Amino acid sequence: MSELVFYLLAAITVLCALGVITRPNPVHSALFLVMTLFMLAVFYIILEAHLVAALQIIVYAGAVMVLFLFVITLLNLKGDPDEPAHPLLRIVAYAVAATLAAGVAIVLMGDAGVVPGGAGAGAVLAEGFGGTRALARILFTDYLVAFELTSVLLLVAVVGAVVLAQREPVAEAPLTETGEDA
Amino acid sequence: MQAFLDTLLGDAAGLERQLGYLAGMVVFGAVVVFGFVLPFAGIVTWAERRIWARIQSRVGPNRVGPFGFLQWLADGVKNILKEDIIPTVADRPLFRFAPYVVMVGFVGAFVCVPFSGDLIIADLNIGILYITAVTSLVVVGILMAGWSSNNRWSLLGGIRAATQIISYEIPASLAIFPAVLLSGTLSMQGIIGEQGAAPWQWHMFHSPFTLLGFGLFFTAALAEGNRTPFDLAEAESELVAGFATEYSGMRSTLFFMAEWGNLYVIGALVTTLYLGGWQVPQFTYNPVLMNLAQVGVFMGKSLACVFFMIWLRATLPRVRVDQLMAMCWKYMVPLAMLSVLGTATMMVALPNGSHTLRMATFAVVVGVVIRFAFKVRFHLKRARKLDYTSLSPGASQGLSS
Amino acid sequence: MNPLPLNLLPPGADYAAVMPLLWAFAAAVLVLIAEMFWPYRSRRGVGWLTIAALLAIAVLGRAPSEAVYFGPIALDGFSGWCNGLLCLVAALSVLMSLDTLEVNGVTRGEYYPLLLFAVAGGMVMAAATDLVVMFLGLETMSMAVYVLAGMGKARRRSNEASLKYFLLGAFASAFMLYGIALLYSQAGSTDLAAMAGLAGEGGTSAVTRLGAALLLVGFGFKIAAVPFHLWAPDVYEGAPSPVTAFMATVVKAAAFAALLRSVLLAMPWVAGELQTPLWVAAAATMTVGNLAALRQRSLKRMLAFSSVAHTGYLAMAVVAGTSEAAAALLFYLAAYAAMNLGAFAVMMLLADRGRPAENISDLAGLGRARPLAALAMTVCMLSLTGIPPLGGFVAKVSLFGAVLDAGFYTLVVVAVLNSVLSAAYYLGVIRAMYFDDADSVAAGGASAASRVLPSRPALTVSILLAALAVVLIGLSPSPLLGSSLRALASVAGF
Repeated sequence: MSELVFYLLAAITVLCALGVITRPNPVHSALFLVMTLFMLAVFYIILEAHLVAALQIIVYAGAVMVLFLFVITLLNLKGDPDEPAHPLLRIVAYAVAATLAAGVAIVLMGDAGVVPGGAGAGAVLAEGFGGTRALARILFTDYLVAFELTSVLLLVAVVGAVVLAQREPVAEAPLTETGEDA
Repeated sequence: MQAFLDTLLGDAAGLERQLGYLAGMVVFGAVVVFGFVLPFAGIVTWAERRIWARIQSRVGPNRVGPFGFLQWLADGVKNILKEDIIPTVADRPLFRFAPYVVMVGFVGAFVCVPFSGDLIIADLNIGILYITAVTSLVVVGILMAGWSSNNRWSLLGGIRAATQIISYEIPASLAIFPAVLLSGTLSMQGIIGEQGAAPWQWHMFHSPFTLLGFGLFFTAALAEGNRTPFDLAEAESELVAGFATEYSGMRSTLFFMAEWGNLYVIGALVTTLYLGGWQVPQFTYNPVLMNLAQVGVFMGKSLACVFFMIWLRATLPRVRVDQLMAMCWKYMVPLAMLSVLGTATMMVALPNGSHTLRMATFAVVVGVVIRFAFKVRFHLKRARKLDYTSLSPGASQGLSS
Repeated sequence: MNPLPLNLLPPGADYAAVMPLLWAFAAAVLVLIAEMFWPYRSRRGVGWLTIAALLAIAVLGRAPSEAVYFGPIALDGFSGWCNGLLCLVAALSVLMSLDTLEVNGVTRGEYYPLLLFAVAGGMVMAAATDLVVMFLGLETMSMAVYVLAGMGKARRRSNEASLKYFLLGAFASAFMLYGIALLYSQAGSTDLAAMAGLAGEGGTSAVTRLGAALLLVGFGFKIAAVPFHLWAPDVYEGAPSPVTAFMATVVKAAAFAALLRSVLLAMPWVAGELQTPLWVAAAATMTVGNLAALRQRSLKRMLAFSSVAHTGYLAMAVVAGTSEAAAALLFYLAAYAAMNLGAFAVMMLLADRGRPAENISDLAGLGRARPLAALAMTVCMLSLTGIPPLGGFVAKVSLFGAVLDAGFYTLVVVAVLNSVLSAAYYLGVIRAMYFDDADSVAAGGASAASRVLPSRPALTVSILLAALAVVLIGLSPSPLLGSSLRALASVAGF
C-alpha cells in the first residue's frame, strides 16, 4: 500500500522534474520546479519529517521560487531566444545525460539499502522523530558548527548581493569603460 | 478531535481505526470548508459593505433580505452565472489553474484552525509553521494569475502582491516566535494551552515585547493578506484590479473568496497566538457545553479582529510602494527581531514570568483603549451636533472650531 | 515540557580549536563595519587594516602542540599550517591590490571584507573533519569569490566572469552535495572518521565509489582540473587582476587543502579504487593546460592556463596517495602561490587607467624601463618552469620524487615532458621583456618602456616580497618542507 503510494508520488515527481527541463517557456519550467519541490515536501512527510517538509515549502516553494518567478516574469522571456544548438551537439548532450542518469540509477538500484523496502525499511523511529524538538536538539548540539557556519554563509551572500545589486553612487571621477573587448 | 472520534469509534483497532480518524477528519474538514469558510467569505463582503457605509454615513446594501443580509448570495449567484472569459492571448492552462492554487493555499490553512479544545481538523505538531507554509502557496497562484493574463496591469499587480507578501512574511514569521517561545511548541492547541482565560494571562500581555510582537504580527498579517492600507496590488486607480483584472465569473469569485476568507484566517491566527484562543474558565464538566463556549469565545475574538480590519480599511488611506517596503525592511523586521530577542531575554531573566509585568502591560493597554474610546465618543458627539445638510462652502467654520 | 540542555557543546569540545576561525570571521565583520565609516579618500587604510588582521590571524591560527577539537573543527598541525599559508598569501595579495584596485575598476570597499570572508571560508575547509562543514566552508569561500570576480562592476568582462563562475560553481556544488549524500547513505554519517571504514572486505560498494567520484568532480571544478577547467581562462581573464591573483593562489590552496584532508587522508581507498580516472585526469590537466597556454597572447589568460597545468602537477599527489606526496603537495602550494603572485603583481604594475596591459607584448622593454620588476618577473617565470635553484624547482622535484616513489613512472614522465613544454611560453615572457623592441611591437608607443608608469610603492614591495620568497624557498627549502611534513604527521590516523 505505502509502496504503491510512494511509486505513484515518485512518478509524479519525476514527471514534474522532466517538465522543468523540457518546457520551452521559462515560467512553465519554474512552476514545474515549484511542483517538484512541493512533491519533495510530500516525501518528507512520508518519512515522518514534518518540520523539514514545512520548511521546504516555506523556503523553496514559498520564497526562493517566487523570486525566480519574479525575475522571469519581469523579463517576460518567451522561450529561448538563442539559436538552437547544433543538432549533433544536442544528440551528444542528450546521450551523455541519459548515460549518466542510467549509470547512477543502475548503481543505486543495485545496492540494497537505497531502494525502498531495502535494509533501512524496518527501522524504528525514535519518539518525537521529525518534530521540532528532536530537530532542534541535534541542530544545536551535533550540528552547532554547521548551523553557525550557515549563518556566516548567508551573511556573505547578503553582502555580496548588496555589492552586486546596489547602484553605484556617482563617483568623484567618472569611470571610463576600460578593457572592453580589447 | 481525536478524543471525540475515539468515543465514536469504540473498540475498532489498527487500520480500521486509522481509516476512521481519516474519515472523521475529511467529514469535519468538508463541514468546515463548505459550511463555514465559503459562506463566511461571502458574509464578510456584506458585513464589510454595511460597516463601511455606517462609518461613512451611508446606508449600504439593504435590499436583499433583512438588512440586505442576502446580498452576498445574490452577488455570488450573479458571479457564478457570468460568462467565464479567457483572453485569447492568455496562457490558458496557467490562467485556469491559478485561482485553484490560491484557493488551496487559503483553504488549507483551516486544517489547523483551533475552533475549540476538540474542534480542529488536525492538530499538527508543526501547526503554525504548517499554516505559514500553506499560505505561502498563495503567492505562487497570484504570480501565475498575473503572468498568465498577459496583461500589463495584471503582471504589475501580481508582482506587487508577491513582493509584498514575501517581504511581509519575514516580520510576520518573526512575530510568531514570541508566542511560540512562550509556549515551547508550534502546535496550535499547545500555544492556546499555555495561555489562560483571563486577558492578562494571554501571551499578548506577557511583557512589552510580546505586545510589540502582537502589533507587528497583526500589521504584517494585514499586509500579507493584501488588505488596506496595504492593498497596492489592486490599487484600482493604478492597476484596475491587479492580478485579477482579466478574470471574470467563477474564477474571479474564487480570488475574492480567498481574499475575504483570509480575514478570518488572520483573525484566528492572532487570536490563537496572542489573544488566548478559545480559553474559557472551567465552568462545567460537560464536554459539549465546554466546546460550545470555547467556539463562542474563539469566534468572538476572531470576529472582533475581522471587524477591526474592516474598520481599518474604512479609515486609513493606502500607503505608497516605497513606504510599504521601507516600513517592512527598515522598521518592522528590526522591531520583530527586538521582539523575539526581548521575549527570549525575559524568559531567561524571569523563568516563571512576572505577574506584575503582566498586569502592568495589561493596565497600559486597557488605559490606551479607554482613552481611545473616550476620544472616539467625544468626536462622535461633536459630529452629531453638526447638521451637514445646512453646511455651505462658506460655513465650514463649524467643523474646525 | 523539558527544556533543552543549556550546555550545547559537543563532548570534548575545546574553544581553542575554533578561535582562529572566530578571529577570522570577527576580522571580516570588523573590516566590513570599518569600511562603512571609513572616509572615501583614504580607503587604502581599510586595506592596511585587512593586512594587519590577516597577519594577526596567521599568528593566532598556529596549531598548539596537541591537536584540539571543537566538534567537526580540528586545529591540528595541518589546519594550523594551512591557516598560515592562506593568511600570508592573502595578505600579500591584499598588499598588491592596495594600489591597483581602482585601476582595475574595483570601486567598492567591500572588496576587503569579502576577501577576509573568503580566507575564513578557506580556513574552515582546511580544518573541517566533517563533509558538511567542509562544504559550508567551501560555499562561504566561493560565495565571496563569486562576488569578488564581479567587483569590476562597470566592465562587462568582469560581470561575465562573475556570472560564469557562479553558475558553474553552483553546478559543481550540486555534484559535490550529491556525492556527499551518497557517501552518507553508505557511512551513515558525514564525519570523515566514518569514511575510512567504507572500504570493507572486497573493496567498496558501487554507491561509495559513485559518491567519491561525484565529490571529486566537485573538487575538480574548484581546482580547475580537466575536463572541468573550462571556466578558468574566462573567469581569470575577466575578473579584476588582484582578484585573479587571489583566486589562483588562495582559493586553489584552500581547495587542495580540503581535498587533501577529506579525500586523500580520510578516504585512503579513493586512490586505489579510482586510480585510472584520476591518473587520466591529472595527465590530461597538465597537458591541456600547457598546450593551451602556448597559444595565448594575453598574459592573464596564459597565467590562467598555466594555473590549470599546475593543477595537473598537484593532482598527481592525489593519484599517488602517499603521505610524502601529500607533504610535497603542501610545499608545492606554498611555492606556487609565491611565484604566481609575483607574476600577477608585475602584470598589474603595467596596468593603467584605460589600459589594462594584459598582453605579453605589453611587457616589451620592461627590462630597460623597470629592471628590478623585470628581474622579479624573470625569477617567477623561471621558477614556474622549474629551473634550479628556485622554489618551483624544489617543489617539482619533491612532488615528482614522491610520485615516483609511489610507482607512477609514466605519469612522472608525462609531467616532466610537460614541464619542458611549459618552458616555451614562460621563457617567451622573458624574451618579451628583454629582447623585444618596444617600439616595433606597439606603434602607438604603449609598451612598458615608452610609458611613464605610475608609482605604486605597495605593489613594488609586494613584487619584491614574492620574488624573495621564491628565491628563499628554492635556496633553503628544508624549513618549509619539514613543516609541511610535520603538518601532515599531526593529522589523526595518518
